[in-house]
Amino acid sequence: MTDDAVVDLADVAFGYTATPVVEEISLRVESGEYVAIVGPNGSGKSTLMKLMLGLLRPDSGTARLFAEPAHEFDEGSRLGYVAQHASASKEMPITVREVVKMGRFPHVGFGRLSESDWERVDEALDTVGMTAFANRRVTQLSGGQRQRAFIARALASEADLLVLDEPTVGVDAESVDAFYELLNSLNEQGITVLLIEHDLSAVTNHAERVICLNKQIYFDGPTDEFVDSDALARAFGTAAGIVGGGR
Amino acid sequence: MTAPALQASALDALLSPLYWFLELWSALLSWVGEATGLGLLQYGFMHRAILVGLCVGIIAPLIGTFLVHRQLALIGDALAHTAFAGVAVGLFLNAVVDLGVSPYLTAVVVAMIAALLIELISETTDAYNDVSMAIVLSTGFALGTTLISINAGGLTVSVDQYLFGNLSTVTTQSAAILLVLFAVVVGVVAVTRNQLLYVTFDETAAEVSGLSVSWYNRIMVMLTALVVVGAMQIMGVILVAAMLVVPVAGAAQVSRSFTESLLVSVVLAELAVLLGIAISYYAGATAGGVVVLVAVGIYALAVVAGKIQTAVGEEATPEMGSIDAGEGRSPSGGQIASDDAD
Repeated sequence: MTDDAVVDLADVAFGYTATPVVEEISLRVESGEYVAIVGPNGSGKSTLMKLMLGLLRPDSGTARLFAEPAHEFDEGSRLGYVAQHASASKEMPITVREVVKMGRFPHVGFGRLSESDWERVDEALDTVGMTAFANRRVTQLSGGQRQRAFIARALASEADLLVLDEPTVGVDAESVDAFYELLNSLNEQGITVLLIEHDLSAVTNHAERVICLNKQIYFDGPTDEFVDSDALARAFGTAAGIVGGGR
Repeated sequence: MTAPALQASALDALLSPLYWFLELWSALLSWVGEATGLGLLQYGFMHRAILVGLCVGIIAPLIGTFLVHRQLALIGDALAHTAFAGVAVGLFLNAVVDLGVSPYLTAVVVAMIAALLIELISETTDAYNDVSMAIVLSTGFALGTTLISINAGGLTVSVDQYLFGNLSTVTTQSAAILLVLFAVVVGVVAVTRNQLLYVTFDETAAEVSGLSVSWYNRIMVMLTALVVVGAMQIMGVILVAAMLVVPVAGAAQVSRSFTESLLVSVVLAELAVLLGIAISYYAGATAGGVVVLVAVGIYALAVVAGKIQTAVGEEATPEMGSIDAGEGRSPSGGQIASDDAD
């Protein structure tokens, strides 16, 4: 059973200083799941993501990624990562196609992209509906379009785990809906989706499973049960009033 | 034969194929000079200076493009000042123990060490902060001035050529050293271009994809050190960072893609170098300063061109949006493609 897990954390604790940011974290994410991690600001969501991806090593406990110790995992092409780029204002001149092309870098190493690599790039652009924008400069795109370009990069790398760290911050409401539609359809195609979110309405509408975090796990189960539970109030404290108040 | 003479001749032996190339280059430019009647092409030092300038016009924006887009524009300045300390170390060793080593070689060594130090400081403090950069910069310059001042009596060369650059002091040996630096920088970037681009654009995603970000950062700063020392000959310590930054900033105004911005920045830099050298020759001014002024002038033109380009582009935007809305070909449904008009 353990070998099937995409992510497997057992009693993980981590702190940048002596104070732990997360502790007593045990969870498994199976292949094909759509999991959302929610929690208030500073609850350790991004830290947990870094532990899962092996960017940080736990102070205690074990973190495994595709059945390997997470920090030793080196098949980078299996992982797709999308951050809060919409809010970042990088002025770098780079086209959508050049961004998506980076998804092939783990496959080609120091070499050049072959014809089949470029085909994967074009397919990925097509899947997210960005073919018409392929030669546009990324800085000229709207937040939603930009995030789809980053999804396309993960698709081009043929990732089977897609990790998104608050991807819809700074994206307009209409685009957010379409963005989650896209995630749903990718999940239906078998890609494991791990979504770190601040916007609870998006989570309850789309994810199958919710992990509610505030240093420890307050809830881990199906989304319906999460909505009915009091985990939110306990984890968020007085800030629970933000449910449904997505940005 | 004395030890320093031995060392010098060993270096010359290593560089001899490049000396042969430099002779060829010089013959070519003499011929061009005769054919066109350009007065500045009649001097051997000018041939070498132009070659150094052309090489710098390629490697400076090549590395600068990665630095500028990582908001590391000032690292070149910091390394240039530590390279000055390296020059001082070279002059000092030559005067005290008669080592006979080119100050440019000691500058390469000291600048590389400083580059690694900056990188290690940033790795442990988790940020490139301008405070540590400022400390490295002033330490380098202070060390340089101190070494030179306690050794002033033994110096036969003025340090002006290192501070401000000088076309007429580009020796055959230093031109050959520059050619080696050029080959190393271009070669390393050619091999690691994908990785450097990924790390520059999205450090976390690059790390997730399995790249060792800290190793590529180290490569980047060490290449910067090489470029800075190479460009110092004609640009001088104080102005060398401009070649890493100004053409790149200009190219970013008018380019759409990363590849295009690399090419445009090289073209702008070459334009600045050639125009700058020519103007400085006929006006009798310091080349480094004139080259930078020309580069800044070109940058200003690029800003205007970029504004015009954006204005024209904005008019075309609705058209692009409607094409996307009508032709969304996502397998999961057209609604995904038809959202978010700008």
